[in-house]
Amino acid sequence: MPTFTHGDVSIEVDEDGFMEDPELWNDEIAKALATTEGVDELTEEHWKLVHYLRDYYLKFGIAPMIRKLCKETGFPLKKVYELFPSGPAKGACKVAGLSKPTGCV
Amino acid sequence: MAEEKKTPEQLAQVQYTRPGYKWMDPKVEFKKGSYNYGAVKENAEYMSLPYPRKWQPFDADWNLPDNWQEIIFEGMRERLDRFRSFRVFMDICVRCGACADKCHYYIGSGDPKNMPVLRAELLRSVYRNNFTAFGKVLGKIAGSRPLTIDVLKEWFFYFYQCTECRRCSVFCPYGIDTAEITMMARELLNLVGINIDWIVTPLANCFRTGNHLGIQPHGFKDSIDFAVDELEELTGVRVEAPINKKGAEILFVAPSADYFASPHYYTLLGYLALFHEIGLDYTWSSYASEGGNFGLFHSAEAMKRLNSKIYMESKRLGVKWILGGECGHMWRVLHQYMDTINGPANHLEEPVSPITGTRFDNAKSTKMVHIMEFTSDLIKNNKLKLDPSRNDHWNVTFHDSCNPARAMGLLEEPRYVIKNVCNHFHEMPENTIREQTFCCGSGAGLGTDENLEMRLRGGFPRANACKYVHDRFGVNILLCICAIDKATLPPLLEYWVPGVEVGGIHEMIGNALIMKGENERATDLRGTPIKEVAEGKEVTEDV
Repeated sequence: MPTFTHGDVSIEVDEDGFMEDPELWNDEIAKALATTEGVDELTEEHWKLVHYLRDYYLKFGIAPMIRKLCKETGFPLKKVYELFPSGPAKGACKVAGLSKPTGCV
Repeated sequence: MAEEKKTPEQLAQVQYTRPGYKWMDPKVEFKKGSYNYGAVKENAEYMSLPYPRKWQPFDADWNLPDNWQEIIFEGMRERLDRFRSFRVFMDICVRCGACADKCHYYIGSGDPKNMPVLRAELLRSVYRNNFTAFGKVLGKIAGSRPLTIDVLKEWFFYFYQCTECRRCSVFCPYGIDTAEITMMARELLNLVGINIDWIVTPLANCFRTGNHLGIQPHGFKDSIDFAVDELEELTGVRVEAPINKKGAEILFVAPSADYFASPHYYTLLGYLALFHEIGLDYTWSSYASEGGNFGLFHSAEAMKRLNSKIYMESKRLGVKWILGGECGHMWRVLHQYMDTINGPANHLEEPVSPITGTRFDNAKSTKMVHIMEFTSDLIKNNKLKLDPSRNDHWNVTFHDSCNPARAMGLLEEPRYVIKNVCNHFHEMPENTIREQTFCCGSGAGLGTDENLEMRLRGGFPRANACKYVHDRFGVNILLCICAIDKATLPPLLEYWVPGVEVGGIHEMIGNALIMKGENERATDLRGTPIKEVAEGKEVTEDV
């Protein structure tokens, strides 16, 4: 299992760089993970998305519906891709410390 | 993936030349983009699968149990006795080659071992070597090979480059079902602990929470409630979406991606609008909250375990029959296996449409009706008020999803519905639709990111046919009735045919459906303004 290291951050991740233990997530880890997604600096908009995902995850144990994410953050899907170029599931969820959704998605 | 992404022009340069090695020499290179990650140990343990361990295909040592060959041989022996079809398919092939160029993976990769005949030979060669007299005596001359670790790696590589779509079987003069050969090979690999994550994690999720995504009941309700609210904003009509309602007439089961992903979600809105409008007495279930069944891609046992929840829940809720949503492989399980593996469902009644009185004789044994049959029957009996002009901004084509088309013959109903809800419909070339439909290239558990290059290769024939109608008729949306399609076709088309969206048929129904008490619709279910877009587009003639 790979270990991801960036600055002071060192965490276990899966082959695609998703956190193995989402419970360990914090803002520093988010910043470090963002660098793997081509996001060098997390802006206010990035944080809004990340915190929304994080809060939903803590309540429901999974990411929200993509449509719900867009509506409740006020970001159209296109904007989500601008913020996280690999998209809501691969990019934003990874930075928010969620695991990869699986199945017909 | 990003750093080494090939352009469509590069990827389309496929060599169909003879490779410089003999087919009997096992040769596999686990190149990024052409294989799937190994199963996560914890999820394999959760499903009680054999030999759970941390393992990846690119590891030099697969850390197999010491007696792995014996395990495989015993597994083959058992299956040859248990499934007559397996033995027949091992014996009967005359290697005529009719299937060779019918596989989307062969067309897109040029790798001869993706010819269905040769892929099957990878397994047959071991069968001959160990289970036939002539193979034992004549060895290599008879096409026999001993089972080595490299042969096992080759099985893994190529049987996870088959989407069990069965297009090749349409052309086989003996009707050999290649999907069943792949199923057997994957079952054998499972016996020695070789599985992929994209199948095992959904299995564990589904077994634990009722759906592949692992959505728990409160999350399920949250998503459905959100859809109800949004549908009201879009249409002005407040619908009810009952969950776990005892005594409802019908249990509705859809793929979980319909209440999670996009563009699946718009199909969900379509279902909700339709059921409300016809006053259907139905219920969702948070226990049987998955139509799909990744067990089909793993083993008969896993398929049975996952599928059992549907009949169980129908019994608990006391419904009369079951309606199933826009899902692909789900229908191979429901149509061809469910009543024998988990039935007979004597607690259910023969399905009759409460709206039209139509008796669905074809679902007499399973008690489960496909939503395209149900909805086309509503339209046929004039039970829906439809305004197809609300879909005028969409110029549509229809992709027959492999399993509804080839496993249950659902060819006319989707087309009948589309023609009633869309004014602009153009078919892709005839050798790429209906029974001969080309796979999305990502079915049977292969829709992963790590496997993206193979997916783009495998989906090339489908995309190519789509490009034809896009270029010629200006098609801007491809409709399909499968959740894997809805997930995997958007990136495929974006790569090969930019400018073509992907949607579901019930999304189009939801757009066209005139609901009692609705507001004037300014947008379609995606929130796209109906008028502006339609005016901005050139209107094409139907064919």
